[in-house]
Amino acid sequence: MLDVSKRPAAAPAPPADKAPRSRRSTWFDLKATPYLLVSPYFILFSVFGLFPLGFTVWVSLHDWELAGDREWIGLENYTALLQDGEFWNSVLNTVGMFVLATIPQLILALMLANALNKRMRLRLLYRLGVLVPMVTSVVAVAVVFGQLFARDYGFVNWLLRTDGLDWTADKWSSWTAISVMVDWRWTGYNALIYLAAMQAIPRDLYEAASIDGASSRRQFWQITIPMLKPAIVFTTITSTIGGLSLFTEPVMFAQGDVGGGSLGQFQTVAMYMYENAFRHFDYGYASAVAWMLFMMILLVCFFSFLFTRRIGGEK
Amino acid sequence: MKSTRRSAAIAAVLAGVLAAGTACSSDDSGGSGEITLTVDTFGSFGYEELFTQYEKDNPGIKIEHRNEKEHEKVYVPNLLKYLETGSGAGDVVALEEGVLTNLRGQATKFVDLNQYGGAELKDDFLPWKWSLGQSLDGKSLMALGTDVGGLAMCYRTDLFEKAGLPTDRTEVAKLWPTWESYVDTGKKFQEKVPNTKFVDGLTTLFNAVLSQEAPKNGNVTYFDASDKYIADTNPAVKSAFDFVSGLDEQQLSAGLKSFTPQWQTGFKKDSFATMACPAWMLGVIKENSGDTYDDKWDVAAVPGGGGNWGGSFLAVPKQSEHPKEAADLAKFLTSAKSQITAFKAVNALPTSPEALADPEVKDAKNEYFNDAPVGEIFATTATSLQPVQLGVKNVDVRTVFEDILVALGQDKLSADEAWKKAVEDGRDKAE
Repeated sequence: MLDVSKRPAAAPAPPADKAPRSRRSTWFDLKATPYLLVSPYFILFSVFGLFPLGFTVWVSLHDWELAGDREWIGLENYTALLQDGEFWNSVLNTVGMFVLATIPQLILALMLANALNKRMRLRLLYRLGVLVPMVTSVVAVAVVFGQLFARDYGFVNWLLRTDGLDWTADKWSSWTAISVMVDWRWTGYNALIYLAAMQAIPRDLYEAASIDGASSRRQFWQITIPMLKPAIVFTTITSTIGGLSLFTEPVMFAQGDVGGGSLGQFQTVAMYMYENAFRHFDYGYASAVAWMLFMMILLVCFFSFLFTRRIGGEK
Repeated sequence: MKSTRRSAAIAAVLAGVLAAGTACSSDDSGGSGEITLTVDTFGSFGYEELFTQYEKDNPGIKIEHRNEKEHEKVYVPNLLKYLETGSGAGDVVALEEGVLTNLRGQATKFVDLNQYGGAELKDDFLPWKWSLGQSLDGKSLMALGTDVGGLAMCYRTDLFEKAGLPTDRTEVAKLWPTWESYVDTGKKFQEKVPNTKFVDGLTTLFNAVLSQEAPKNGNVTYFDASDKYIADTNPAVKSAFDFVSGLDEQQLSAGLKSFTPQWQTGFKKDSFATMACPAWMLGVIKENSGDTYDDKWDVAAVPGGGGNWGGSFLAVPKQSEHPKEAADLAKFLTSAKSQITAFKAVNALPTSPEALADPEVKDAKNEYFNDAPVGEIFATTATSLQPVQLGVKNVDVRTVFEDILVALGQDKLSADEAWKKAVEDGRDKAE
């Protein structure tokens, strides 16, 4: 057995200051400078993040035309929203597409990362290859996927022999098409995060496991997955945020229409918010939608966090 | 030494913050002379030649043309957003008549063209077209007419030949004096040519039939003269709806929604053989079909007599930084001479009596459409066209009806359900 108890001794403590400076300058150096240096982020965040967040609450309590009249109506937007069939339809669509897109996406990313972590020829090329979807222009993606999933002369219909199937007509078909688009764009990104985390796992753990006779499958489940937990929690949360505020892909799928299909088959909450704000100019109502979306994301993130925390069977 | 470096770091950070704060403002007005005018259009206006000429005649003016093919769901929402937020709109914007009706109550958002000599142009336009361009209070001139939309039926001669139908336009017109006989012809056609549908989609025909039915019911569609929602009681809406849902039942429609990419592809794939075409649609057909289909389209009379569908206007939003130059450009583009040019380019039927009487329009034949005498077909009826009165929320309601017709074509709704849903959802949008 290896003897791991002999570690290099800790670095010697730095020599004490020989010439103490004035107390105030030391205080400034130790206490204020760090805050000063991290402040730009927080200043920008409060201007572009926190303020709009609070302002949206204020707007959502009004009957507010985008650039016109405003009138205080309290929680009326929210009560109307809770009874709004179109809103709940968009919630259903969003959650449906989130589940349909995110779960396969993260599993696929994990498998991809595991494959990329192996020794192989042209490894760098493959690793860079997974980033290609991310650098592809959104417009090009829209055009290509529009052609792939076209009702007449579409590639997917040809491949599946489902001639004349209108992918925008049903919930299941439009959700599937959009999920494919989302996964195509984001699987590589998550795979890279997993790959980075995998490379940070100490090699000796695997060596020890091999010596103890663990199969590579067992090593994956008992070492890789538990060690990846922080990365999995991170990707789950970012995918939750991204999935629930899904906007670009379904809008592109509908060729720029935020209505999401003839009967709103794939209108997401973000699209519904946009439709209210910039098609009907009901800024107050759209703000209420935005807040409901925010709450929804917090809630789902909380549950995904609870769920992913249990990964690896830890208590 | 140490502290200098620290303050330098702080200064750098602060400079970064400042730079981030100011990077957004920009200035593109350019000091002397050179002015760029942005023109927003949808569909096909046929202005390319006129732009080049205007730039040549007016040194120092550059024209940037922003064209959007899709009207209802992309062009209009964007335009309304620009107007609402006070920035982003072109210096000259094209307004379809329904959109203009929507905006006539918001005259403050547009430059009063009377200030730039618009009032003198009155006789250059058909009277009803001219009065539609006035603001609702009648105090300002909001927009100048570009074209009117006389109705005809376009058809593919090569496909008709394949189906053993006559191809000559007078004989084709005899095939369908009424819409019933049009449907019968369609059935015959599809028996022989099963891979091509007779009609492009329900929305195009719905709008065409509605524009024909409107004059029979007091020239109104979804809204009455006092802007009350009447889609549920106006027989014009119901009969147009019933007609197209019958067409759908007979499976004569390719189920394509006008102005979508799929619809545009359909032109090149023989997806449909006929299409209701207001005058301005000829330009759209030509543009979408391309050279391969030269002389394969022709124009015949529309079943059920003439109708007036569409037609547009040009206006100058108040947010324009160069209102005078923009107004001059709008005046130039809507002048009788320019209307003739646009007619020749994309068959936009002039709204100027002078242009309509001009031999260049009256005797015009359209080369692309088998030398069809488009002047005779469209121009002679133009003066007798009646304006259809549209409600303020016309575009919103029309979008609802079109969406539901698409769903009907997708078999997502039965005809009954579709009608009920259209009327109800339309009412929601109207209020």
